[in-house]
Amino acid sequence: MEAIILQILNGLDKGSAYALIALGLTLIFGTLGVVNFAHGALFMIGAFCAVTFSRILTLSHTIIDETQTDFLGNPLKVDVPYLYDLFGQATGDAIIDWAVPLSILFTVPVMMFVGYAMERGLIKHFYNRPHADQILVTFGLAIVLQEVIKYFYGANPIPTPAPQAFAGSLDFGALLGFDPNLIIYPYWRIIYFVFSAVIIGAVFAFLQYTTFGMVVRAGMADRETVGLLGINIDKRFTIMFGLAAAVAGLAGVMYTPINSPNYHMGMDFLVLSFVVVVVGGMGSLPGAVLAGFLLGILESFASMREVLEILPGLNQIIIYLVAIIILLTRPRGLMGRKGVMED
Amino acid sequence: MGILEVKDVGKRFGGLQALGDVNLSVKENTVHAIIGPNGAGKSTLLNCLVGKLIPDTGSVMFDGQSVLGRTPHEINQMGISRVFQTPEIFGDLTVMENMMIPCFAKRDGAFRMRAVEDMMREKDIVEKAEAMLEDMNMADKHHMNAASMSRGDKRRLEIGMCLAQEPRLLLLDEPTAGMARADTNNTIDLLKQISDERDITIAIIEHDMHVVFSLAQRITVLAQGTPLVEDDPENIKGHPKVREAYLGETAA
Amino acid sequence: MLGLTKKDLQLMLIVTGLTMLAPFILNPFPESSGMAQFNAGYPDLMQRFVIFGIFAIGFNLLFGLTGYLSFGHAAFLGVGSYGAIWMMKLVSLNVIPAIFMGVIVAGIFSVAVGYICLRRSGIYFSILTLAIAQMSYALAYSVLTPITGGETGLQIKSTDRPLLSNLAEGETGRANLFGMDMRQSFELSIGDWLFTFNVGYYIAAVVMLIAFYVSIRIFRSPFGLMLRAIKSNQTRMSYTGLNPRPHTLAAFVISGMYAGLAGGLLVAMDTQVGPERMFWTASGEVVLMTILGGVGTLIGPVLGAGVIKYMENILSKINKDVLHEWFAFMPDGLEDFIVFLVYPFIGKGWHLTLGILFMLVVIFLPGGLVEGGQRIGKWIKNRRTAKDTGASTEPAE
Repeated sequence: MEAIILQILNGLDKGSAYALIALGLTLIFGTLGVVNFAHGALFMIGAFCAVTFSRILTLSHTIIDETQTDFLGNPLKVDVPYLYDLFGQATGDAIIDWAVPLSILFTVPVMMFVGYAMERGLIKHFYNRPHADQILVTFGLAIVLQEVIKYFYGANPIPTPAPQAFAGSLDFGALLGFDPNLIIYPYWRIIYFVFSAVIIGAVFAFLQYTTFGMVVRAGMADRETVGLLGINIDKRFTIMFGLAAAVAGLAGVMYTPINSPNYHMGMDFLVLSFVVVVVGGMGSLPGAVLAGFLLGILESFASMREVLEILPGLNQIIIYLVAIIILLTRPRGLMGRKGVMED
Repeated sequence: MGILEVKDVGKRFGGLQALGDVNLSVKENTVHAIIGPNGAGKSTLLNCLVGKLIPDTGSVMFDGQSVLGRTPHEINQMGISRVFQTPEIFGDLTVMENMMIPCFAKRDGAFRMRAVEDMMREKDIVEKAEAMLEDMNMADKHHMNAASMSRGDKRRLEIGMCLAQEPRLLLLDEPTAGMARADTNNTIDLLKQISDERDITIAIIEHDMHVVFSLAQRITVLAQGTPLVEDDPENIKGHPKVREAYLGETAA
Repeated sequence: MLGLTKKDLQLMLIVTGLTMLAPFILNPFPESSGMAQFNAGYPDLMQRFVIFGIFAIGFNLLFGLTGYLSFGHAAFLGVGSYGAIWMMKLVSLNVIPAIFMGVIVAGIFSVAVGYICLRRSGIYFSILTLAIAQMSYALAYSVLTPITGGETGLQIKSTDRPLLSNLAEGETGRANLFGMDMRQSFELSIGDWLFTFNVGYYIAAVVMLIAFYVSIRIFRSPFGLMLRAIKSNQTRMSYTGLNPRPHTLAAFVISGMYAGLAGGLLVAMDTQVGPERMFWTASGEVVLMTILGGVGTLIGPVLGAGVIKYMENILSKINKDVLHEWFAFMPDGLEDFIVFLVYPFIGKGWHLTLGILFMLVVIFLPGGLVEGGQRIGKWIKNRRTAKDTGASTEPAE
């Protein structure tokens, strides 16, 4: 029982990331009909927004501190972040400590802009070209974005810690009445899951309850008809692309404390997220979310020692295996709609 | 006994009864038109004949054999060719290549691996395709890209491709839809010529009465998924039921 | 001749000439000159040119003709490599059985994969192939370690005793063709130039020429016509009495066997294999090669493979010092600025250049470098005729 709860919990954070990326992919596919291979890159750029933001916060100038001396007795040179000058040392430290959550404020506009630029600058010209061309050009874009990030930030992962307040773990088992220390779960992962749930809820509420969302949903169902109604659907779709980029970016920002960002993390997640979208059903938003969590949890179960003893390596292949079986038995995916990309 | 016998065919889409108990008999070497107002189920019926849809009830016999449960390419190999409403041709290929494909399909069947032979050295195929293009008055368009032709030419190419397979039954789905008058008349002449010169049965779904009455020897009127009347053209024109269901529509 | 039309024969002869004279053509710069680092005429790289050329030719038979975009083709290359190295480890160090084994194993594997993946088309097909290739990679990396050697892969070791060989105790076997060592080279020195003629390269080159010839024949065959028909209009295809499924499966398997052939040859040259050969980036690379060179054309894939392998090996070696040397003639400030501008695109950044080049090709030149060449050719021709007519009309005025 404890083991099962633990594995479900472990699957949640990866599942959250899959779900958020797959949600954006599906939004773009459903509204614009474009298969975006560069979506993983958006996730990665989001993560590097967090890195950039914390670097901006720690921008420093050097002063000579007369009170401290090195072993030769000379006054010590100290780097002082500009934040200290602005807010004083205590507040400054607190802000730097909270760099990751704070960078959300920085990431959203940046990602919106990146998404907007991507759609207007490139994707727009590919609406009427074959899917293969869309795959190819976004694949090329993904390589370029990845290499640009690599050029500026280097090839090594950059550790980006969570605020001190969330550094520990929660003894989840004790809460449920199990023995202590059986089910422990890092605070940050709880935050990540809750955060994802909020974002997913917000996206769904946005699509469900706003006029804008209604038009977009109608557009997903039948693009031509909505266009005939005289609604400027292209403009709305551009905004939708920006939104999907922001969702991917946020998923990336908050993921940094779990996994130090590197330039190829986008591609690593993208391949799996595609599988998630296909399993959930091309063009189905609830399907994407459901499949994201489902596959995240399945992957985590497959990594249990008991399972690996019987079927070694299952954790590496489980997602692909499930995807192949689903595609062959339920070509539309778990929740796909009839008529959407069935062949 | 006709070459095509449709018996009690019914097809339902959810709550909509698209076809209900359709009976139809197409006699060999005639031109048979199926007409009816929009939504009468003409296209559904056609799709049931070529294997794109499988009817819920009833039977479709072609030359004594059932076509139900067979895939489109199997039905085609039995001798039924179909011309689409918007011409379906191989747009990326040249006109000559377009014409060669049905010739290969006729000679080699649904799949035969001929991967090292040079297709232009298959004398019988090349000659047949050239003759067919000649028949269609397209000999000068040999090397043209099929997609770059006018709609009328595409239509003629598609009909030619179907004829190259020497089918016994040619199905046409509104072959003159969206065509200019001149192109329509050309198509009528072409179909007349085909029906006169060849040993072929033609079934045509059509909206344009001018086309129907210039070609058809027998007409079935379909309304709301069931056949209303089946008769010779002269009788159809004056038939009160038909006026009410169909021609009345335009008269009003 | 050879059952080819005059034009195809010309192309075949040009390609034959280029591959046979490659050691000369790829080494145009004298050894002592600063440009020597652009010489690509060393065995290892030349082998890669032709082997990846084969891989891309095979990929093009599938994607170029049928339009099915496989994103997992490296799996067949990898499987072929594993098959070949086991043949060498167990049976014979002769490369011919090893290469055959690679082709056969990849062929069988592609029948299974094709049977599954070809039930879907379009984007689903791409994702299915990608998923299966990633799964194969994961299997090779961990689960099947006893067969694949896991992360470290497989090499020929001194303990390997192939059945049909008489190695001395403790001697490590070497790949050979009837006794000719793959690594054997003949060096020709003319003045300041050094040309290397390598046994392995010439064997791979001959295989590539055969593969290229077969691909021409397939392009011109009734089967090739059917494949192009599938790409153009599957509906018309079915309603013409042709069954698309066996056609696409046959194309998929042929294409998989080409990949297996390339995999077998890779093993024949360097007698080692690792799972990274099957990683999806490797599948992406063959897509890049084919598109860059010109998808659906005969020569395009070979060209694309050459360009990418050249960039990978030569462009990536240029570093900042070399750049400074080149631009040394400029005033200091300008020199630094130019180096600063160029630097991100070379050395470790060559992938960036590749990505940009690839995007430009997809956006502006869907026919790849071949289309680019044709356009330039046409432009020159037009200019020339314009000049001619201009010259002839001038006197009249």
